[in-house]
Amino acid sequence: MEKTMNLTIRVWRQKNRLDVGKFAEYKLANISEDSSFLEMLDILSEQLVADGHEPVAFDHDCREGICGMCSMTINGIPHGPESGTTACQLHMRHFHDGQTITIEPWRAKPFPVIKDLVVDRTPLDKIIQAGGFITARAGSAVDANAMPIAKGIADYAMDAAACIGCGACVAACPNASAMLFTGAKVAHMNSLPQGKAEKDRRTLAMVTTMDGEGFGGCTNIGECEAACPKSIPLDMIAHLNRDYAVAQMKNFFKPVA
Amino acid sequence: MCSLCSFFKSTIGRKILMALTGLVLVLFVMGHMLGNLQIFLGAEVINAYAYKLHHLLPAAALWGIRIFLLGSIAVHIWAAVTLTLDNRKARPDRYDDDKMVQASYSSRTMRMSGIILLAFIVFHIAHFTARNVPGMQYEEAGVIEPTMVPLVKHGEVVVKNGHPVDTFNVNDMMVDGFQVWWVSVFYIVATGLLCMHLTHGVSSMFQSVGLRNALWRKRLDRVALVYGWVVFLGFAVIPLSALTGILKKDPTGGLPVAAAEITETLHK
Repeated sequence: MEKTMNLTIRVWRQKNRLDVGKFAEYKLANISEDSSFLEMLDILSEQLVADGHEPVAFDHDCREGICGMCSMTINGIPHGPESGTTACQLHMRHFHDGQTITIEPWRAKPFPVIKDLVVDRTPLDKIIQAGGFITARAGSAVDANAMPIAKGIADYAMDAAACIGCGACVAACPNASAMLFTGAKVAHMNSLPQGKAEKDRRTLAMVTTMDGEGFGGCTNIGECEAACPKSIPLDMIAHLNRDYAVAQMKNFFKPVA
Repeated sequence: MCSLCSFFKSTIGRKILMALTGLVLVLFVMGHMLGNLQIFLGAEVINAYAYKLHHLLPAAALWGIRIFLLGSIAVHIWAAVTLTLDNRKARPDRYDDDKMVQASYSSRTMRMSGIILLAFIVFHIAHFTARNVPGMQYEEAGVIEPTMVPLVKHGEVVVKNGHPVDTFNVNDMMVDGFQVWWVSVFYIVATGLLCMHLTHGVSSMFQSVGLRNALWRKRLDRVALVYGWVVFLGFAVIPLSALTGILKKDPTGGLPVAAAEITETLHK
């Protein structure tokens, strides 16, 4: 027989960007341990609607851990207590009967709260727009397998490309730094032959945009790596630092942009 | 924007400067510690070492090195302060349930340990280099100049141009200075904080310039831990030995007794 649990949910309620926002506490009964965290929130929302209240707004899309939409800090940890797991892939069996669960939105100046748990993550898109692409004529791309790429490099780029851009790294960082996100994107593009041509320009542009969007700096404490649902390693930040130093050096003698 | 301006303005550029200046200071503390430990080899050795530091290079070069070191500290602090302000601005709100998954205590308290270390450095320079801490002038009341003793080599006074060479009696300055219990406690606490600061910093500086990966992170974290503890023990053992009487004053500056008497009469 499946086990069920009774929970107290403390969730952040905020009407809009300008609202101050505060915690609200709700009781939930008979939650199956097999339900996912977002299903639990769905049940909570249905209960709220039935009682004539507004449901809790939260971002979600694929619910299979690959789209990067779900974004909530559960008991102080972005995406909750399980490592390498998105909130949508988190199951209630990792919680226990009678537990109080605190749910907050990502907290970072560049991510203003739109409503409840939904934040505006446009600054990450702006970083991508600054350099997260390769310049090629549309329709002229050669077949991917026409360009030989060493296995090690392909694997490394794939590990970097695993970043789903959810922003948990920013949320986990006490400085709201987007270095792990930017590092993953830079490492992904800069290590493949297609991206190499624009390596220095890309690195400088993405870092300048990252700083300009108001993200903080890295203090190398590693909380982003621990919170990342795709377990992107700190190596990506080292890669970004390395490429940035090289790009600045080259740019000093001959502008790369 | 000029390329250098953008480097200094960027978060990564400032972290690279922090790493490079950190490296200068990391190497300096090791040299300073090894130099200081010579006090255990006797007054002759430590006094000769101090003399060498002051006279090996022309005064201009000595000041050049001092300015380079103080400049490194200044750049290190400038980067730390401006980055901290930016970081605070980027994350104004804390989580209600604020917790860390794995960040070490030392990595999260770099600012605290850094600020106390700065206060220590100011005191330390006033204490031993400028020698103007009230009540700690290593002499009878009111005399600010520290004891001068003859420079000794192989048990004999070094004579230059027919005169015995005078040098600071560093041995007695250190033993005297550390016999004040709260001074010693401050030195030991400060070197303990230095140990913490280095435990994170020595590994972190490699990350900031991009010379680290998962494997080397583990290794460098271990190196940093050992480095921090070696520096702590190497520095802390001196005030501890002075307090417990293991280190003793030597007013002759390391001369064997008979020779000491002769120089004393010569001086008169």
